[in-house]
Amino acid sequence: MRAIIVGCGRVGAGIAERLARSGHEVTVIDISTEAFTRLESDFPGSAIRGDGTDEAVLRRAGAAGADLFYALTEGDNRNILATQLAYETLGIPNVVAKINDPVRAEAYTTLGLATICRTRMLVEALAVHAGLPSEAGSQGISQATGQHPGGDHPPRAVSPAAGTEA
Amino acid sequence: MYIIVVGGGKVGYYLTKELLAAGHELVLLEKDPRRARQIADEVGSIVLARDGCEGKHLAEAGANRAAIVAAVTGDDEDNLVVCQMAKHHFDVPRTIARVNNPKNEELFRHLGVDDIISPTRMILGAIEQDIPVHELLHLAQLEGGELEVLEAQIAAGSPAIGRRPGDITLPDGCSLFVLIRDEVAQPIRPETVFQLGDKVIAITRTDCEVELHRELIGESAVLEAS
Repeated sequence: MRAIIVGCGRVGAGIAERLARSGHEVTVIDISTEAFTRLESDFPGSAIRGDGTDEAVLRRAGAAGADLFYALTEGDNRNILATQLAYETLGIPNVVAKINDPVRAEAYTTLGLATICRTRMLVEALAVHAGLPSEAGSQGISQATGQHPGGDHPPRAVSPAAGTEA
Repeated sequence: MYIIVVGGGKVGYYLTKELLAAGHELVLLEKDPRRARQIADEVGSIVLARDGCEGKHLAEAGANRAAIVAAVTGDDEDNLVVCQMAKHHFDVPRTIARVNNPKNEELFRHLGVDDIISPTRMILGAIEQDIPVHELLHLAQLEGGELEVLEAQIAAGSPAIGRRPGDITLPDGCSLFVLIRDEVAQPIRPETVFQLGDKVIAITRTDCEVELHRELIGESAVLEAS
């Protein structure tokens, strides 16, 4: 499958490597070329410098028709914008936004975005370590619970042929 | 009418002053405490040094009774989040976002932002009216500036449309040498017929530019442009 990753921090670089080494076609986008030093020198995917919240940059990176989109920059709002652009405008079916503010993360799952919240995950892990009971929905990715304001997924979105094959 | 303004940059600052002068009830959220204090010194205690992207700060500002939330920061992503939070969590009837990247306008509207203000587009629009659109584009100079390589766009009104190179009277020392049609470059042949949308690359003596302009772009465009 084809994956677009915005933000080449530790998390972005890490998942990009894993996906690329498993044979998926990966493009990483970051505003700074310096960030790409986090990738191994033999990283088998592509790295593109640019603003991942800019539609033109995403298109240049071949995001239209991709299967998977992760927005993993350090800016919650940037991730929110990039993800909605990916889903609504570029028709990528499977998108996840990293939102570190738990309130905003919760808000956007009810607005139809799958989110991943580092704060909630770490708090949960430490709470469980301290012997507190686990809280539901605090591990991993929170799936979208609500309807996205832009309505259903645009039909032009996915061509069924868009490589699910690694 | 109760209005929340998010972002105390130049736009937010002047907007706040205008709205106050018009007698509206209003709160300004500006996340930089220094900037917030600076504005508060002038307009009074209606400034909260808070990040309007956070739900709890919008709640604190009374978003649930606001008639309008206007997000006018310099960052599109922040303006989008403010409006979405206002709309979907506080049922604010009217949200207004400043959009700096014109490409985001459609998306923001699609995502439920009620009004879009695009300063970039306004400025571009104003500038485009002042700049002649139908112009010869200077690509390069040759021979120390005596010769120029120019690009002419064959637009509506061009006298060259439907004509062959032989039908066009060109000044001496001026030659048309490449045609770009549908992003493909091709040589100009005697049987080539110029069409709307073609781009013609020409080499000309600097002093023949006016004649070339007349032949490829037309007189009317010259008048329109001025």
